Amino acid sequence: MANFIKLSFKKGELNQKLADIFKGMMEKGVVNALLAPMKQPKRGVMLTLVTDPFHLEAIDPFAPVAPVNGAKVVSSITAKPSGRKMAAVLRSCEIRALVELCKLKQANLEDVLLIGIDCLGRYENLDFVKLQAAGETSESFIVKALAGNTENSGCDVSGACKICEFPVADNVDLRLCIIGTGTDALYIESLTPKGDQALETVGLKTGDTPGGREAAVQQLVKKRKEACDAAFAQYRASTHSIDALEDKLANCINCYNCRVACPVCYCKECVFVTDTFRHNGDQYMGWADTFGTLKMPTDTIFYHLTRMSHMSLFCVGCGQCTSACPNSIDLMPIFRTAAQKTQERFNYQAGRSHDEKQPLTVFENDELVEVTGQVK
Amino acid sequence: MSEFEPKIVGFFCNWCTFTAADLAGTSRLSYPHNIKIIRMMCSGMVDPKYVIKAFLNGADGVLIGGCWPGDCHYINGNLKARRRVAMLTEILKEYGIDEKRFWLRWIAASEGTMLREVVSEMTAKLKALGPSPLNREAPGKEKK
Repeated sequence: MANFIKLSFKKGELNQKLADIFKGMMEKGVVNALLAPMKQPKRGVMLTLVTDPFHLEAIDPFAPVAPVNGAKVVSSITAKPSGRKMAAVLRSCEIRALVELCKLKQANLEDVLLIGIDCLGRYENLDFVKLQAAGETSESFIVKALAGNTENSGCDVSGACKICEFPVADNVDLRLCIIGTGTDALYIESLTPKGDQALETVGLKTGDTPGGREAAVQQLVKKRKEACDAAFAQYRASTHSIDALEDKLANCINCYNCRVACPVCYCKECVFVTDTFRHNGDQYMGWADTFGTLKMPTDTIFYHLTRMSHMSLFCVGCGQCTSACPNSIDLMPIFRTAAQKTQERFNYQAGRSHDEKQPLTVFENDELVEVTGQVK
Repeated sequence: MSEFEPKIVGFFCNWCTFTAADLAGTSRLSYPHNIKIIRMMCSGMVDPKYVIKAFLNGADGVLIGGCWPGDCHYINGNLKARRRVAMLTEILKEYGIDEKRFWLRWIAASEGTMLREVVSEMTAKLKALGPSPLNREAPGKEKK
């Protein structure tokens, strides 16, 4: 059911308007803290945990940047609960990853008021800093991006965002809507009783409906889906063998940044940094003897395929792996294409619902008969 | 050039398939030597890493042998193995490692004959399929 509040704003006022609402929430005790993207004293925008409402005016929830996937940040704050209530403003990819982390018991949303934003994409961190220095603001980005243009001074939003079918966040209490609302208004949508209560406490009454929203969202999703299908087809056409994968990963230096940045690479300690993969000198010599050479560091393809087998069922396509690679390897399509196949196999979609069990945590006696093809 | 002899890595459950291999041996049933058997405590213990490593090191096929559903010594390890195999198959297929090379089969401790049949069938099918794209020692492939 439509449950919106219209929030009109003049140019340059968006962040202030949002800060006022969060200030109300904190002062009236709806939450004790806010986790939201905030302008940093030196440069850039980072997720920041605010407990003193005085600092709220620096928040910038729609800043087109996500230096880390916020699911990991919420995990670190809530895995061992503080007992204090927190509102968290995140984009769709962060919330979908968070849903998976909750299932893995690495995050807990009991004390969290989850607020999703409409996301039009994020720039790479250094591009964002450059654009910010040139005077670009979140509002100027929103206006351009809604008109379909995200390119700016030779920078564009990340490849992952261009093929993301989830510009709108689900599984949230409140949603900050900017798609199909006109450029001078934002709509706050409440989706849960928790959201209703938060709005009621700060004196906001629902009742407005953004007329063009549904059609605008559908149109954007359709465009992104088409781009996604095209990107996957192109990737698969060029990378259908281990040999081709080796070519894509030729510059990999086994730094494991992709798994550090990945919000759903869930192992507390990655096996690739344990003693299992610390070998003796004579072992390396022996392997080198087999074919006369041994590329060092070893096990690069082994690592990436193993990572796929671990995280592809939970991959939300945020593209942080690509952003984190120091050698500019475009990892996102590698993991997303694998994810598409594994998730399809189990009719699973990472982050779709809290109620869907992760495929490798459940099993039935009578299923997947085609795997063995044997019937007793 | 000699005929291509596929290399198969077998991960066999201690309680059923491995015992079936033992039975095949004591019953003097011969099966192709193409399979190199690794004894596991359960098919559910076969980490996807083991399978990936086998293929990356040039195995032409991987055969996981487990207990029939309902018969697992650890109640349900074989059912977990089946889900993992389904997941891993999807990933391997994306990179040209055909699902015809990666088998999971239920072979009970008493089914020594079936073990022989499965190993023979897999060997024959892999011979027809040819070497894995990752097998660098197969005839006709240059060492690189």
